Amino acid sequence: MTATPSVERSGTTVSDSDPFLVVEDLSVEFPTPDGPVRAVNGVSYTLELGKTLGIVGESGSGKSVSSMAVLGLHDPKRSTVAGSIRVGGQEIVGMAEPGMRKLRGNQVAMIFQDALAALHPFYRVGAQLAEAYLVHHPKASKRDARRRAIEMLDRVGIPQPDGRVDDFPHQFSGGMRQRAMIAMGLINDPSLLIADEPTTALDVTVQAQILDLLQDLQREFNSAVVIITHDLGVIAEMADDVLVMYAGRAVEYGATKQMLTRPAMPYTWGLLSSVPDVQADTDARLIPIPGNPPSLLDPPPGCSFNPRCAHRDKVPGDLCRTTLPELLPLAAGSKHLKRCHLADPEAVYQSEVLPEIAPDLVEEA
Amino acid sequence: MSDETTSPDDLFHEMAEQGHTAAKLDPRAKPVLTVEDLRMYFPVKAPGLVRRTVGHVQAVDGISFQVPEGGSLGLVGESGCGKSTTGRLITRLYKPTSGSMQFGGRDLATLSKRELKPVRRDVQMIFQDPYTSLNPRHTVGSIVGAPLAVHDIVPKNQIMPRVKELLEVVGLNPEHYNRYPNEFSGGQRQRIGIARALTLNPRLLVADEPVSALDVSIQAQVINLLQDLQKEFDIAFLFIAHDLAVVRHFCPEIAVMYLGKIVEIADRETLYATPHHPYTQALLSAVPDVKQAAVGGRRERIMLQGDVPSPVNPPSGCRFRTRCHLAQDICAKVEPPLLQIGPRHKVACHFAGELGKAPERPVTTGLLGVDDRGNPDASSTEPVDVELMTGSGYEDRWFDVGSRTVVSG
Repeated sequence: MTATPSVERSGTTVSDSDPFLVVEDLSVEFPTPDGPVRAVNGVSYTLELGKTLGIVGESGSGKSVSSMAVLGLHDPKRSTVAGSIRVGGQEIVGMAEPGMRKLRGNQVAMIFQDALAALHPFYRVGAQLAEAYLVHHPKASKRDARRRAIEMLDRVGIPQPDGRVDDFPHQFSGGMRQRAMIAMGLINDPSLLIADEPTTALDVTVQAQILDLLQDLQREFNSAVVIITHDLGVIAEMADDVLVMYAGRAVEYGATKQMLTRPAMPYTWGLLSSVPDVQADTDARLIPIPGNPPSLLDPPPGCSFNPRCAHRDKVPGDLCRTTLPELLPLAAGSKHLKRCHLADPEAVYQSEVLPEIAPDLVEEA
Repeated sequence: MSDETTSPDDLFHEMAEQGHTAAKLDPRAKPVLTVEDLRMYFPVKAPGLVRRTVGHVQAVDGISFQVPEGGSLGLVGESGCGKSTTGRLITRLYKPTSGSMQFGGRDLATLSKRELKPVRRDVQMIFQDPYTSLNPRHTVGSIVGAPLAVHDIVPKNQIMPRVKELLEVVGLNPEHYNRYPNEFSGGQRQRIGIARALTLNPRLLVADEPVSALDVSIQAQVINLLQDLQKEFDIAFLFIAHDLAVVRHFCPEIAVMYLGKIVEIADRETLYATPHHPYTQALLSAVPDVKQAAVGGRRERIMLQGDVPSPVNPPSGCRFRTRCHLAQDICAKVEPPLLQIGPRHKVACHFAGELGKAPERPVTTGLLGVDDRGNPDASSTEPVDVELMTGSGYEDRWFDVGSRTVVSG
């Protein structure tokens, strides 16, 4: 763990050049009776204000754990967080709880997947929203807080907010609860919003509404957004940059458009080929990734994806099984990073993968 | 997985060969299941000692469709639209309020419990949640073998060999028959559920959201497995899902439900390329699309306002009218029939038309004998062609929405 920097500093200074969120070499380890589980291993990324980062991966790939570290939600007694996370220039790793509390919900807020579980069933929605406001505005009166709650409910599109503010969470529908969660997350105008699978439990029409709302609000408040999901469609619509995680490591990182048209890592290809597309050619094949994600207690040697990789035979020798590839730029100076031994992934993708998963796109490419 | 050890030249192509393309439609297939005017009303009881019935949840309200032999019909819709209830009615986990379900020359809707038992061999179900649908205190062997014992098909000492055979069919290690469900991952558990459903060689499988609880990479494995099994054993599927992309891949024919009714039913190409119902159009426009966004720009969305109305007290006339941007007076007064408008296309809308080309005047007035505002029209002399608006199959003539005449193919 790194030493705690000046926690008491309340106002943060962000120089124009420095990105708002900087995560460097983040590792999170949990001790278990069977040995330590390294859920996140050496993940780095940066995020500027007004931009969206999408984190994709299967369950257990470390995407939620890494974002919870940004909010300092890991109990130091039960986990070891190493590396560096800077939010607006302020170091989070190792920060003491009182300082963290000032930050949490104020500068950094989180939207959880299951809104019914994240809202308290005994308290009225308005009271929960007002509490989030009062914690960070101790001088505000209750009436101010209530007014602010109504204002936020209205802003996220809940009809008759001055009436619904006194409802309990169970009286809201699924989409409205998610909206209330977003309202709670945004009530203190945070600069960084982490949305952990914000639409997974929702129907497509409601999902579309929520995604549109998130984008509107982001534009309005110029906040940085981290969106965690397993749905590449959501990524395609929302994110500027994408980070693909597998077994606790970043395996590919780059601009969304680049990543979705020219993915360079077999795991990303696998993700793309294992979800059917609503507009796809019906001759497109659905090619699953064989096997299951590895156990983090005993990760495979070399590249952690190698037991499931369909392209490991294209790498000479048993490099994939013995050596962990570095996260390197695709070409010199490129911002598109990949962790793979394949010498020319682009050629493999265009000539072999694309004809099977999207025959209609081959000619254009 | 055992295929990890194979290291021939082209691992990827070998794998790709095993992946399936989207299922194809066989238009001549005979229906294995014909559902007509099926209704399920659940009573709503008043609180207190005297539990009077104060209303009904109209979960499924008059739906008709056919599932072709060896084919699959997809059922999509938002949560609460009655798609799961439909699946449970077909497996007779509920007794329908009214309507008929013809299967193998019998009406499933009216069979008694005793008469149902032999039919249950032919109609099986795959459940959504592989964590709650397997008994944690039974071994996989006893879970998969239970149907054989219940139906007394093979002698007790031959149950285990059959169970092992089934586990192999669904891609599990047959040696694992004495393990408990908690020792398996989500995808493997779903395979156990599928093996259990296959035990009795069913002709119809009702798959209720079979992949939505699984991780993306595992979803594709299970979909491919279901497609393999369908080809091998010639099983018909009623595939219930909310994921429009998965349904499109698995089912050549798809029905869209809204608040207990089918609003549009068509073959895959028609439904996804030229949907005629505003609800279908809105649903399709809401699906995030990887390819679209990758090439830049975003599709124009049709935003649906508000929430789905309560099925206890559904809107009069067309049930979608409260959220529909095309709604006019007629929609509140007259319920649109599920009208055949193409060789394999039915839609229930007064203003049926392609996206952005909805007609100004209702297309159904002549057929229903009403005027543009939905009032009865005495001057209408056209005979009402009932057959186009009822029945579960397709007629060889249909109502063309462009010319507003009945044409035949």
